[in-house]
Amino acid sequence: MSAPAPVKKAMRDAFIGKALEAMASEKNLYFLSADFGAPLLDRIRKEYPCNFFNVGIAEQNLVSVAAGLAFEGMTVHAYAISSFLATRAFEQVKINLSLHSQVREVNVNLVAVGAGLSYDISGPTHHGLEDLSVVNSLPGITLFSPSDWVLAEKFHAYALAHKTPKYLRLEGKPVPAIYDTRPEVKIEDCFCELQRGEEVCVVSTGFMTHVALDALKRVPAGLKPGLVDLFLLKPLDGERLLKTLGRYKKIITIEEGFVGAGGMDAIVSSLVNASGLGLKIKSLGFRNKFVFEHGPREYLHSLYGLDAKSLAALVEKELGA
Amino acid sequence: MSNTINSAELEQKAKWVRRETLRLHKLAPETRVASSLSDVEIFVALYYGGLLKFDPKNPRAEMRDRVIISKGHGGISLYPILADLGFFAKDQLDKIGTPESILCGIPDAVPGFETINGSLGHGLGVGSGSALALYRKGSAANVVVVMGDGELFEGSVWEAAMFAGFHKLDNLTLIVDRNKKSMLGLTREIINLDPLDEKFKAFGWETVTADGHSAAGVHATLAKLIPARNGKPKIFVAETVKGKGVPSLEADPLCHIRNLTPEQVDGLMEDHK
Repeated sequence: MSAPAPVKKAMRDAFIGKALEAMASEKNLYFLSADFGAPLLDRIRKEYPCNFFNVGIAEQNLVSVAAGLAFEGMTVHAYAISSFLATRAFEQVKINLSLHSQVREVNVNLVAVGAGLSYDISGPTHHGLEDLSVVNSLPGITLFSPSDWVLAEKFHAYALAHKTPKYLRLEGKPVPAIYDTRPEVKIEDCFCELQRGEEVCVVSTGFMTHVALDALKRVPAGLKPGLVDLFLLKPLDGERLLKTLGRYKKIITIEEGFVGAGGMDAIVSSLVNASGLGLKIKSLGFRNKFVFEHGPREYLHSLYGLDAKSLAALVEKELGA
Repeated sequence: MSNTINSAELEQKAKWVRRETLRLHKLAPETRVASSLSDVEIFVALYYGGLLKFDPKNPRAEMRDRVIISKGHGGISLYPILADLGFFAKDQLDKIGTPESILCGIPDAVPGFETINGSLGHGLGVGSGSALALYRKGSAANVVVVMGDGELFEGSVWEAAMFAGFHKLDNLTLIVDRNKKSMLGLTREIINLDPLDEKFKAFGWETVTADGHSAAGVHATLAKLIPARNGKPKIFVAETVKGKGVPSLEADPLCHIRNLTPEQVDGLMEDHK
């Protein structure tokens, strides 16, 4: 008898579910939305009307009002579509969250939904390919990019406990659980070596971890590539990550974002390059180009060499098989 | 702590603050002196007129009124006031802009400044969030946001204006230093902001427009406006003159970017005695 299929769930539902639970006792927890919803959010609106505000389609004000509440000691979740939260309100994030967090506590959790190509057929205005880069450029902002809803759910307690600004890069569609069988993994671990291997290690984040898991299944038996799922990009326990990556010779990073622009590839490369370990790194993602092609996500991935089949072929090649 | 002094004393304080602002500009010519001269009476009325609750020894005391200087570059004239009240040592003023000083051309982490501004259009949204939080805490504290009229070109101001009006944040007072000049000239020639009060009225605000250079008058207006709780956020449009007290700046549409020479400042100090 085979094991039951992992439960599929949207990351936002897992996170908002925890927020709903917490609101029963945390009267200083606020949920702000830029006119963006979710079924469980309807319950928050109904059950905690004093702690829920829809600021309208106004991402700048979403972040500023959240900052003002946080300056008074409140914990605030600010919820919007990722492609608008990170860039439309970038200056508010920079000044009112990042800069102020250097001199005072600012517990604002930017809950950004629609990572990467989540909204595939909505087209390039709704793709979130730059958020890892732009958020990573700001000091003091925690950058969380989970690969499943179990981590997203777990992050809620971390969000309450750590009084810093945070950016949650959440997948837009339901994804199967990865960490349901790994209850020992903590947010502070920053990453998890989902598959221990030799020679070649794939480092992925968010939805691409599912693609990578699929790819590794396609690699011929006998070959043993590794897989590291990086979910807390900042603050990163670089020493631990280097210890893990140091057991390999080649690294392939894969993210659903722009590469060569300061995103996950830059985080991993700068760490590895400064270490003197001499690892070879190849970075996969979107390079200096928006995605104008139309179609389902898997199809779009295939056009850019980011699908499981292409990744498996690259891993095989790098393994010298 | 809050100070209360009479009208004549307020006018004297304003004179002194204007002199100190000029002196600071001489020490640090990068300071935006014209912008910092139009809001002098606003700060004097707020800080010496008994309108605010504050504790210089504990700038983040919970009971304090939250004052957000959204036009950060115009905050130079607040430096001498905060030093005088004991928020920081007076000799900080003499060292402005040097590695030994906490004071720079646009205030950053300076005791007495509620937030760090300088990039325009942030203060009203942040102030709205704080005003909400104060209500929820059951606090009687007020939020006062000081903004320039050129800043009203920022779209984020209007997002916040809608929000504050709709949510009836009557513990929030916005003071617009209506000096009618932006960096590149007169605001009415850039995009006319008139009728300013009507715009805010339409968003559910209570509005008052009055002279912003009579310290006693500003005091009288704010004394009514700030404590009022009538279900509306409040705006005081303070009619001011950019570069007030310096004839060459007052007459210059581009005065925002003008620096005064040390000799000019010395001459003006005599005039303002």
